[in-house]
Amino acid sequence: MNNFNYLRADDTEHAVALIGKETNSRFLAGGTNLIDRWKYNLTHPDTLIDLANIEELHQITETENGGLRLGAMAGNADTAYHPLVKKRYPLLKNTILAGASAQIRNAATNGGNLMQRTRCYYYYDHESPCNKRNPGSGCPATEGHNRLHAVIGHSENCIATHPSDMCIALAALDAVVQVTGAEGNRSIPFTEFHRLPGNNPSKDNTLRPGELITSIDLPAEGFAENYSYLKLRDRNSYAFALVSVATGLRLKDSKIEKANIAVGGIAHKPWRVQEAEDFLKNKRPDRDNFAQAAEIIMDGAEGFEHNAFKIPLTKRAIIRNGMMALNPQETQRPGAGPSR
Amino acid sequence: MKQTEKKLQYQTTLIVNGKTEKLTLPAWVSLLDALRHHLDLTGTKKGCDHGQCGACTVICDGKRILSCLTLAVAKDGSEIKTIEGVGSKENPHPLQRAFIEHDAFQCGYCTPGQICSALGMLEEGEAQTLEEIKDSLSGNLCRCGANANIIDAVTEVKANHYE
Ligand SMILES: Cc1cc2nc3c(=O)[nH]c(=O)nc-3n(C[C@H](O)[C@H](O)[C@H](O)COP(=O)(O)OP(=O)(O)OC[C@H]3O[C@@H](n4cnc5c(N)ncnc54)[C@H](O)[C@@H]3O)c2cc1C
Ligand code: FES
Ligand code: FES
Repeated sequence: MNNFNYLRADDTEHAVALIGKETNSRFLAGGTNLIDRWKYNLTHPDTLIDLANIEELHQITETENGGLRLGAMAGNADTAYHPLVKKRYPLLKNTILAGASAQIRNAATNGGNLMQRTRCYYYYDHESPCNKRNPGSGCPATEGHNRLHAVIGHSENCIATHPSDMCIALAALDAVVQVTGAEGNRSIPFTEFHRLPGNNPSKDNTLRPGELITSIDLPAEGFAENYSYLKLRDRNSYAFALVSVATGLRLKDSKIEKANIAVGGIAHKPWRVQEAEDFLKNKRPDRDNFAQAAEIIMDGAEGFEHNAFKIPLTKRAIIRNGMMALNPQETQRPGAGPSR
Repeated sequence: MKQTEKKLQYQTTLIVNGKTEKLTLPAWVSLLDALRHHLDLTGTKKGCDHGQCGACTVICDGKRILSCLTLAVAKDGSEIKTIEGVGSKENPHPLQRAFIEHDAFQCGYCTPGQICSALGMLEEGEAQTLEEIKDSLSGNLCRCGANANIIDAVTEVKANHYE
């Protein structure tokens, strides 16, 4: 563990200027991931730039197109319990509340949640090779313990998963990430924010060096009538997902008009497959149709010694969660466990 | 890791259990270590130091957080409540009474964190059903397995004082 300096940014421009000027610096939000990784000797910043004083980043506000803007520094718990999130985006609320613990959600922020890094055991062991932490050193997970690891979209260089619950709802809801940097502002569709490992697993996402997330914008449609989040894990709470599914359905005349399905715990990014959602259009929301969609979503999946079970588990979870979404009032439970 | 240059010290003010404390600290000191080592408030416990056990739970500006994953300098100006600020020997908080009555601890190591977490939960007012309460307190592990009695103690205080 190394010591570091600490600065506070006054506004977003100041934050961007500081990160450009201070060598080997990082943004600090809630600290629940950064401080943890620093203590594990995985990251060695010389300077932390605290975003806490940037008032606009803490806000949650309605947007002109009927959506909601979630400030990057708004807390995870404050977001989940925001009246408009509860009412219009209950899927997002349920994913946030299924993650970490109440204490962590009070400190953690929306921007930090997107940027949290994998929970791969080899990434966390700083003595071990890991292409994410030390590019070119190898990936012991492919031959080692890989229960928590990816079964789809992985490469020979990395089979890590992205651990977030919240991001699974944000992917399903077609959120947009707003960022700012030395070269100006950009909008990144959520499904393009995180990336697959390919030949460069050290990069988790498409944020450019020095860019700051300012907000995550939700579109107007929140699937508040028919939604469900299902999280399957080794213990009932306070554990990362083995598999999780976020489903939002728009139904009309007992048929599916629109189905958005994102899967967590199985890939380096939230997993969404357009073909499966197209398949469900104008179909009845029943087990058979969700089962066929699940086959399309998991097409090309390839498991390892300790995680091949996730492939059939994911398919069953997609079916179960589709059915749960038909009746969220009865099926949604604290911790996003399976409906009774 | 090689230190390339000398790092700075920071003036940090914390209002701990109502008392203003002025500290001079390097940035890397956690709120937990500031409380225990710099202010000699050893009620708050260090279990894992990695956010996984809840023993270090304190209430910061009205919200329960983990002091092990928090930098003290980042909380400059904040109000911190630790177990030392929750009731007293002569006049225990209802949660403290209920923990004794329900036999809600064995070794007691997790207890300060359990009580601060329960207090935070009751003040947030979001958890209502038994299932929600269990989920809301699941960030506090009890190695002795007193969980069932802890839940009984907290639900009783909720029913008698928070409804
Ligand atoms: C024991 C434990 C269990 C957990 N369980 C779960 C779980 O089940 N599900 C789940 O989803 N999560 C879980 N988490 C992870 C938790 O959700 C994250 O740690 C948290 O969301 C990170 O947010 P933060 O604000 O604390 O980020 P920080 O730790 O402050 O930052 C994380 C990273 O993001 C960068 N960053 C922060 N803000 C910005 C910004 N605005 N722009 C650009 N970069 C930024 C930082 O530089 C840093 O690299 C768990 C964490 C712990 C410790
Ligand atoms: S010591 Fe902070 S959570 Fe365990
Ligand atoms: S009473 Fe011993 S750890 Fe909880």
